[in-house]
Amino acid sequence: MDERVETIREPTDSELVRRVQKGEKQAFAPLVHRHARTVYRVIQGLVDNPADAEEIVQEAFLKSFQHIQSFRGEAKFRTWLIQIAVNEARMRHRKYQPGRHDSLDEEPRDGQEYHPRELADWRPNPEEKLARQEMSLLIGRGIRALPKGYREVFLLRDVEHLSNEEAAAALELTVPAVKTRLLRARLMMREYLAPYCKMHWPERFLRRLRTGGRAR
Amino acid sequence: MITCEEVLRELSNFLDGEVSPALRAEIEEHLISCHNCTVLLDTTRKTLTLAGDRYFVELPVGLTERVLERLSLQ
Repeated sequence: MDERVETIREPTDSELVRRVQKGEKQAFAPLVHRHARTVYRVIQGLVDNPADAEEIVQEAFLKSFQHIQSFRGEAKFRTWLIQIAVNEARMRHRKYQPGRHDSLDEEPRDGQEYHPRELADWRPNPEEKLARQEMSLLIGRGIRALPKGYREVFLLRDVEHLSNEEAAAALELTVPAVKTRLLRARLMMREYLAPYCKMHWPERFLRRLRTGGRAR
Repeated sequence: MITCEEVLRELSNFLDGEVSPALRAEIEEHLISCHNCTVLLDTTRKTLTLAGDRYFVELPVGLTERVLERLSLQ
């Protein structure tokens, strides 16, 4: 291996955690820089007030720093950090009780209870119709419209791209429970965005003309 | 022959590539003749692309510095 490449390589989270555990406190700083955005993005989606979100993020970093010796590395550091932050959000907001929706997980076949609406085709690139900021705001509103139990799963899986296993660990759910909520969350988000993204009849008509009648 | 309800139940797994090759083939065959399921799948896929690529949240200015200060790392 090329030694020069090796020396400039960024240390992994696990390496940084081990250094902090051995007493090199400064090694925690890169972990803050690396994960602040992810943790903030998840938490601001769960609580209503940006100041609360920042407080929770600060608290999560503080707790993970103070309890770093108890981190054994079975999960990724990021998963553990998100778990601490989500627990903090759950504790602080008594009204925020994702458990209220747990009964839905008991439905043996969640999808069967649901009848999709909004079955008109979308534009090929729906993001082109709205300005970048408008689309982002719309998605944010859609996420906030989800019940909190679904919102947590959607944020971790489809915004932050955690795996089902990581999301389950961070939210203290089983993988099947994550999958059940995720399916419902995705379908709800789809319906929320549909009115803004679907093709209206003039577009459908023009598209059909262009494709010689092959497009639906 | 797979039904629309079964496609709906497997929709997430299908999009995540977590269905067996046999089930994938069955779903794909169903999609050839089912407009509603095709739209449902396509628009859900687009939903995930939008959520993953088009959702931007600004980190409050100075947040990381305030965290580091609180941890006495600055």
